[in-house]
Amino acid sequence: MKLRFSASDEAFRVEIANWLRDNLCGEFESIRFRGGPGDEHSFVEERKAWERKLGEAGWTCIGWPHDWGGRAASIEQQVVFNEEYARAGGPGRIGHIGETLMGPTLIAYGSEAQKAKYLPSIRSGDAIWCQGYSEPSAGSDLANVKTKAVFDEQAQVWQITGQKVWTSLAHESQYCFVVARTDPQAKGHKGLGFFMLDMHQPGVTIRPIEQLTGTSEFNEVFFDSAVCSVEDIVGKPGEGWQVAMALLGFERGVSTLGQQMLFQNEFNDIVQLAKSNGADRDPMLRQRIAEAHIGLRIMRYNTLRVLSGSDEGELQAEGMIYKLYWSSWHRNLGKLAMDVMGSDSEILDAEPYELNRLQSMFLFTRADTIYGGTNQIQRNLIAERALGMPREPRGNN
Amino acid sequence: MEFKFTDEQIMIRDTAEAFVSEVSTSAAVRSAMLEPAGYDKDLWRKISADMFWQALPIPEALGGLGLGYVELAATLEQTGRFLLCSPLMATAAFAVPAIRLAASEEQQALYLERILEGQVATLAHAGIQTHGSQINVQANITDQGVGLNGISRHVLNGQSADFFIVAAEETFASGEQGISLWFVDRDTQGLTIKSLPTMDQTRRLAELQCDNLVLSPEQRVGAVAQCQAQLLNSILDLAAIAVSAEQVGGAQQSLDISVAYIKERVQFGRTIASYQAIKHKCADMMLKAESARSGLYYAACIADEFLAGACDAETLAEAASISKAYSSEAFFFNAGCGIQLHGGVGITSEYDIQLYFKRAKALESFLGNASEHRERLAKQLLDSEVSL
Repeated sequence: MKLRFSASDEAFRVEIANWLRDNLCGEFESIRFRGGPGDEHSFVEERKAWERKLGEAGWTCIGWPHDWGGRAASIEQQVVFNEEYARAGGPGRIGHIGETLMGPTLIAYGSEAQKAKYLPSIRSGDAIWCQGYSEPSAGSDLANVKTKAVFDEQAQVWQITGQKVWTSLAHESQYCFVVARTDPQAKGHKGLGFFMLDMHQPGVTIRPIEQLTGTSEFNEVFFDSAVCSVEDIVGKPGEGWQVAMALLGFERGVSTLGQQMLFQNEFNDIVQLAKSNGADRDPMLRQRIAEAHIGLRIMRYNTLRVLSGSDEGELQAEGMIYKLYWSSWHRNLGKLAMDVMGSDSEILDAEPYELNRLQSMFLFTRADTIYGGTNQIQRNLIAERALGMPREPRGNN
Repeated sequence: MEFKFTDEQIMIRDTAEAFVSEVSTSAAVRSAMLEPAGYDKDLWRKISADMFWQALPIPEALGGLGLGYVELAATLEQTGRFLLCSPLMATAAFAVPAIRLAASEEQQALYLERILEGQVATLAHAGIQTHGSQINVQANITDQGVGLNGISRHVLNGQSADFFIVAAEETFASGEQGISLWFVDRDTQGLTIKSLPTMDQTRRLAELQCDNLVLSPEQRVGAVAQCQAQLLNSILDLAAIAVSAEQVGGAQQSLDISVAYIKERVQFGRTIASYQAIKHKCADMMLKAESARSGLYYAACIADEFLAGACDAETLAEAASISKAYSSEAFFFNAGCGIQLHGGVGITSEYDIQLYFKRAKALESFLGNASEHRERLAKQLLDSEVSL
């Protein structure tokens, strides 16, 4: 059991840290520490330019194979990259859905033509993607999607009609991947298709959702006979569920350590604040600050166990707790931040509703325990899949 | 970065699991609880002579197995899981680190040899020092010799220990400078060992009363010039990590026996495992057990780095406090939930979950509870200029 990274991984760490120091400055100084979860609406143009800058230097998609412009970086190198990126205050990656979700899915399941068409523009940082999974009546119950895909025999294209919701960056994206029902008779997991849709067409309408922070990073997206070519379905009609689930499998993993570095930045801010405003003398707050510290360190070692692979191929139970663990921890950190701020936590930076970083974090952490599978869904999954307890009964619909 | 057991470590863990699950059955634990020493002495002979587990953290050059704290933690996780009653932890995880960190080379050879032969040793000092010194034994050092007076409580397996490492404070000295450690044999004149009745009957605590114990200067652990206070803190940190290992095992088993029970128990025509309220409680228990395990493995790696001189005492202290704080609450949470999941039978003496509950409570307060360790971390985080 080894805790430390190898010398070559540490050398890689120095390389990326140096590059970030030399490049994340000047015109990009303003976007340091910006654009993360809860702040994705900020500095969109600057972050698009930054994405292309990363692409030019070969710092996008580093885990992809060489054939598609990646570095075939090891898990350790990807971890190191994400840690250093977050440590340097690298802005929220506007291309992350393409890089971490769509790209790996295409590499695994796409046709050669699809790879050639879509991977290069993700790799270069030019194409931004968004995700079309959730619907008003398909949240945790994703298999309940109502969006329809109808094949137009005459035009030989798919026509997509329906509504998606909670779509981050929809208005900034060129493409969206959409789960839609290809077989109107089928229910649940069956009869779904996985489509790659151009967002710049008449059949697509985007409406921002204003959140409790007063900002909008999520959208509702309406499709009204939006057109998708036959070449742009991944897998066959009816195989959409398998592709959609495989895609979610790519979501968890190396980026989580970068996320933890963002958490570490937030935690450090809270410690500094406590030292400066005297909250560090409150015995209860001292306990909670230490508890947050313990929780974050253990989050790291939970993740390192998952990334190291399980012993003897046993069920990776430690991987299944990740979402429940971090979302609960982060929600508690948000409340701790407000309690350390004390009565000042009520005062905003400016009219009309300018939240500071910790206030925004506090409010937005309430989304953490909901999106990507609520804490209740997570507990069901852990009990059923890791502990072998009976599955929840399903309703008749 | 390979944050998982090596093949050899898996083998050590599996061997421990197979052995302990066989010898430390519910009936065996209940029988050991009635023994005067608190454990089956024949079983201890088997553990110390055949399994040779006390030799795990002793260097090969001194006759041990030369393995590390990760291997020791892997073993103690299994002993904790099956509530093994034995002086293994006191000997291998309290006395051995104390000897390795503080004793002179001659003393190491002498006292580790006794441990390798199967003698029981323990540390006569329990508690972290957030609330100042907790030492109530005075060492009166004169030209004629050394006299120990006072009381040391909460001495793990003190009843059966062949020798002790006693922490004392020099008379008239104040603060950390006056702390010293002493090798004391159980038959030393003036030493009274009193068994303390404990809520958790699976492990024994004793009180040592020292009435004018006359010691020779050679019985001082290590050199006079050493700062024993700081060494003592590191010894206690290593001990706390070992306690964490037993807590992790206990937290896991509290979950496992509860899940096994609720999958059988039928009410309203279905197993109670099918109720969402029950499932969610189990999911929370699993989160605690796995996270405590991650914290433990991290701390065990740091312990090995510390023993190899690759990290400082401050880093060890941080790791020990992270692990002990988390695993203390995790084990108590899981054992408490375990009783609830068992329903009425959970509070009977017949079912084992109550034994885990008592063990959880005992280990939680032993060597510093969660809030004491959190305050220690808070001092590192908030009261020093250098941030972690």
